[in-house]
Amino acid sequence: MSISTKIVDDFIAQGVNFITTVPCKQLAGVIDEVEARPEIHHVPSNKEDEGMGLCAGAFMGGKRPAIIMQNTAIGVTINTLATLTQYYRMPLPMLISYRGELREPVACQVEMAVHTKALLNQMLIPTYHFHKESDASELQEILKYTFMCNKPVAILTDASFWGGYGDQ
Amino acid sequence: MIRSDILREIAPILHDHLVVCNIGLPSQELHMIDDNAKNFYMLGTMGLSSSIGLGLAMAQPKTVISIDGDGSVLTNFGTLPTIANNVTDNFILLIIDNGSYGSTGDQPTYAGKKTKLEDVAKACGCENVVTCKAEDTGATLQAAIDSKKMTIIVSKCESGNIKLDVITMDPVVIRDRFMNAVKA
Repeated sequence: MSISTKIVDDFIAQGVNFITTVPCKQLAGVIDEVEARPEIHHVPSNKEDEGMGLCAGAFMGGKRPAIIMQNTAIGVTINTLATLTQYYRMPLPMLISYRGELREPVACQVEMAVHTKALLNQMLIPTYHFHKESDASELQEILKYTFMCNKPVAILTDASFWGGYGDQ
Repeated sequence: MIRSDILREIAPILHDHLVVCNIGLPSQELHMIDDNAKNFYMLGTMGLSSSIGLGLAMAQPKTVISIDGDGSVLTNFGTLPTIANNVTDNFILLIIDNGSYGSTGDQPTYAGKKTKLEDVAKACGCENVVTCKAEDTGATLQAAIDSKKMTIIVSKCESGNIKLDVITMDPVVIRDRFMNAVKA
């Protein structure tokens, strides 16, 4: 089973049925898998704060939402996380591609990578870092935890976790 | 007519539906005019009223009306293609377009100059876009509800504000009673 299939299986097993995505090269496989599953209402969004608004509405309508995005989006969504997701106490699993780590070919990605954990820490967002494929064995527990405590929770997935960039 | 006049006039129509209300004065005005559990007041996060409303409409079958402003739509322009490409017939976006950032001192927006939000919405692919005068907002909104088609209404009004208090309700209380109203 591919890691993308396993991740989406875990989302479905924990009742996640509404996912919004903003693409990243590393996330292409998992986004394809989300789109393919009838159990999940997939809504691509144009910007991650918009996606978090969609997730907030879906949650209040009875869905279990999640967002899939790149770590650069942390820079876009701080206000939304603070004044919507956290202020109204809503759960939001965030599956995040952690660009700018080992095996990264694009230097500019490192510029947000060095801020990623510091920003999440500053926001008091519980953060998990998947570096090896076996780390994903905790995903279902992380999802349970997120919907237990009604908080945004970050799952950082780096290039080593995804097996590099294919040609490297 | 200014925005608060419109809200006062359409409050009896809004009363029967789920309403997601924009940050700042629009929420404060709706709270003063007709506070009830079916209103979700945004206390922050400018721009996301339409996104929250669309997500809510997708998640359940009741009619959802997002009240937005021209300044807030300009802040979250990406919402219009998302709305256009995810047709959700129980969703109505009511943009009260007074051509200004009302909550911050009525600074002019570009929607009050060359940019026409109704044209932008159509260009993004939105199919039912209706422009109306402030005094026709109630009839236009009721027609949109009755049509059971996703509709974007741009209601043109004058800029101007009334003096009123901020909302002091706890956000978790707002959210909890709203979710109970959604389920009821």
